[in-house]
Formats: sequence, structure tokens, C-alpha cells
Amino acid sequence: MITIELPKALGLSVDGKTKVAIDEPCATVGDALAALGRRSPGVLDRVVDEQGDVRMHVNVFRDGESIRFLDGLRTAVPDGGTILILAAISGG
Amino acid sequence: MNNERATSPQNGDVTLLVGTMKGAFVLSSDESRKKWKVDGPHFRGFAIYALLHDARNGRNKTFAAANNSFIGSSLRTSDDGGRTWTDPERYPIKFPEDSGRALKQIWQVIPGRADEPDTLYCGVEPAALFESRDGGETWEPNRGLLNHEHQPKWQPGAGGLCLHTIVLDPNNSKRMLIAISAAGVYRTDDGGKTWKARNVGVRAEFMPDKYPEFGQCVHKVVHHPSRPERLFLQNHWGLYRSDDWGDSWQDIANGVPSDFGFAMQMHPHDPDTVYIVPLESDMFRCTPEAKLRVYRTSDAGASWEPLTEGLPQKNAYETVLRDALAADSLASPGIYFGTRSGKLFGSMDDGATWREIADSLPPVVCVKTAVTSGQ
Repeated sequence: MITIELPKALGLSVDGKTKVAIDEPCATVGDALAALGRRSPGVLDRVVDEQGDVRMHVNVFRDGESIRFLDGLRTAVPDGGTILILAAISGG
Repeated sequence: MNNERATSPQNGDVTLLVGTMKGAFVLSSDESRKKWKVDGPHFRGFAIYALLHDARNGRNKTFAAANNSFIGSSLRTSDDGGRTWTDPERYPIKFPEDSGRALKQIWQVIPGRADEPDTLYCGVEPAALFESRDGGETWEPNRGLLNHEHQPKWQPGAGGLCLHTIVLDPNNSKRMLIAISAAGVYRTDDGGKTWKARNVGVRAEFMPDKYPEFGQCVHKVVHHPSRPERLFLQNHWGLYRSDDWGDSWQDIANGVPSDFGFAMQMHPHDPDTVYIVPLESDMFRCTPEAKLRVYRTSDAGASWEPLTEGLPQKNAYETVLRDALAADSLASPGIYFGTRSGKLFGSMDDGATWREIADSLPPVVCVKTAVTSGQ
């Protein structure tokens, strides 16, 4: 099982919860986000764009490390891992 | 300000839909337009670049382009005059996967022609045109423009590569003109299948060839439905008129302090009258001589006169953006504009005198109007 934590600051949740358990097998962060999208396509719309890229001002961490500095959406995620989605520093 | 907080506009009111960098405000007044009730902000933290009230076909629907740098852009709607808004789970406007592009921002939403009561058009960044045939429920990109041969060479302006202006021929459902910063004006005469650049005579100061086929940074185009073939254009340097649906353009910067600017608004009842707010330059982008002046032509660009009464004429370093100048449709129309410093002004006498309607709003990026009835 993989846990995805959604950013409260962006108002994202699935069934009112910001922690989502993904039970289906996922090899990568991209797989896990795709599984999230099957549960809640609207939440996925807000995390990635229509080309499947993580939005510029959204950061995704696998077990505390930004996937931007790992292998992006191809970053491997172990069973029991946590994917944390946060709003990046942005705005003005 | 002579305003009060209220919950919503009332039946028969004039409504101002004001989009800012931090949300939308709905201001309502009775026909006198002397006192305004202010409701908002809606969509806190979202930049609202486009607003529209659509009362066609029995609708009372308000559209808001809610742009968020974190979670993207969506088109939100209200059926109660802006009191409450939808938040659709799926984003309604998306580029097709095979386009290789992703929506950055929604810049414009306009209603279709009178005989297309369920049609709406939407301009977005990166530059593309979307169309809805079901009252805004679903949207499809215009493939002719999406795959245009010039598209790979289009360059963004400072605000991005945005399709910000859509001008419909009310008498010919096959003809439409769009404006892109910084690609210029394009027109279709076959219902959107093909598009041709229509920039002859419009200069591009920032290009080696000052009069290229395309690449101009057009900021706004307006026309009057009674003379649809006559277009007025505020360019990134340049003020133009076309009498032939954009086939050719003539310089009409006759007596303005600067031909740089963004905003341009047609008088709703007079096809010879147009309003603009000149800015000093593309480097400074503030009102010339620190005077906030609206300029009006009443002779289709042969001459322009400054309108200043009620507007600050000292230390006024203001900027009015391309969609922040608007007119209502009453017999004696109100003319309104908002500034990047968050001021909102209105004139109920064709611009002869102005009054501050609101102050200290977030930076204003669009002002739209509606005369509401039958709610």
C-alpha cells in the first residue's frame, strides 16, 4: 500500500480526506498518481496538467525527497511509501 | 467611496464584474448607478482574467475564468448572479493530448452570435480558441488555429502567448477575428477551418521587419455591431482602424499623448466613438505625465480628446490593462475602468465626468458589465 498526502492549502481531498491509501500495485510515483486519478480525476487535474506533467508550482515528494531531483514521475515508490504533494513557494 | 457591503446584486441592477489578481468582485447598482454594493472577493487568491454574464436562451449564468498558479485554470459558473459558484471536478477546458500543449490561463470568454444562443468562445494561453455549443458545459479547441502553420513561430508577449480578443461578425457566422499577443490578428471566413493573418499596416517595433505578415503584439480590437467591418485596434505601439475587416489598417493616433496602451472600448450605441487609456511607453507602462486620462474619439479616430474631470491629474502613475475598460448597455451608458492600483472609476455621461466607484481593490485585470433582469 502507498499513501498519498494531499495539500490542505490547495483544498484537495478525496472523500473529504487528505490522506489517500492506494491499494493497487504501483511501481512509480506516476503509477500512484494515475491510481489517484482513477479514484478522483478532479484531484489529478489539479496536480498534473493535460500532458501529464506535474504543475509548475506543485511539488511532489517520495518519502521526503522531491521527485524533481529523483526520476520525476518515473521515480520508484516502495510498498509502504508515502507520496507527499505540497504547494510550492509561489505567488505574489 | 459611497459604497456598502452587500450579499448580491438585485433584479434589474446594473452589475459590474470586476476581475482582479486576487479574486472577483461583483458590484451592483440601480439604474442611477450612484451607489454601488460590493460583493467579494470570490475565488480568493485566483487571478480572474475573464468574466461574462450570459442571459441568452433563458440563462442567468455568470462565467469566471479562475486562474491559479498552483492548481491551474478552470471556468467556473454561477446561476445566482455571483453569490455562489460551481467548482467542476474536471477542468472543462483542456488541450488535446496530441497537441503537446497544456492550458496555462484562460484570457477571454464571450457569447456567440444572436442566432447561436448556446455558443460561447474562449481564448486561452498558450494561444488557442475553444468553442462550446452547449452553453459552456463542454469545450472543444478550434483545430484550424491549433494547427496553424504560423503557430510554431508565434512568440509570447510579456503577459504570455495569449489569445485575448475574439471579434464575431454578427451577420456572417463564418467570419471571426481573433487577436494574439504577440502573433497579431487572424481572421477566418470559413467558420474556423482556415485562418489568415490580417496585419497589413500594423507595425511591430520590436521586430527587424517593422511590418511582418504576423508577429505583431496587438493588445485589443473592438468594433460596433452596426458596422462590423470597421475595426479599431490598440497595438503595442500603434493605434489603428480598418474599414475592411482587417484586410488593411490605417494609423489613427491623431492627437494622443502616446499610441501605446492596452485598453480599448467601443461606445455601445455610437459606432464612431471609442475610448482608450494611453500609456507612456512599453518600458514604463504608466499614464503619461502622471495624469490619468481617458481619450475618446467621436469621429472614428480622426481626432481624440482627453477626458479628465474627476480623474487624478497629479502623481497618477496608473496602468489600465486590456480588458479593464468596459461599457454597460443602458441608453445612457456607463463607462468604467479599473487600474492596476485597484481603483475603479465610472462615468455616466459618456466620459465627460468620472467618479471613483471603488478603491484599494487588488490589481484590476478585467471589468465586464451586465444589466440584469428577470432573475
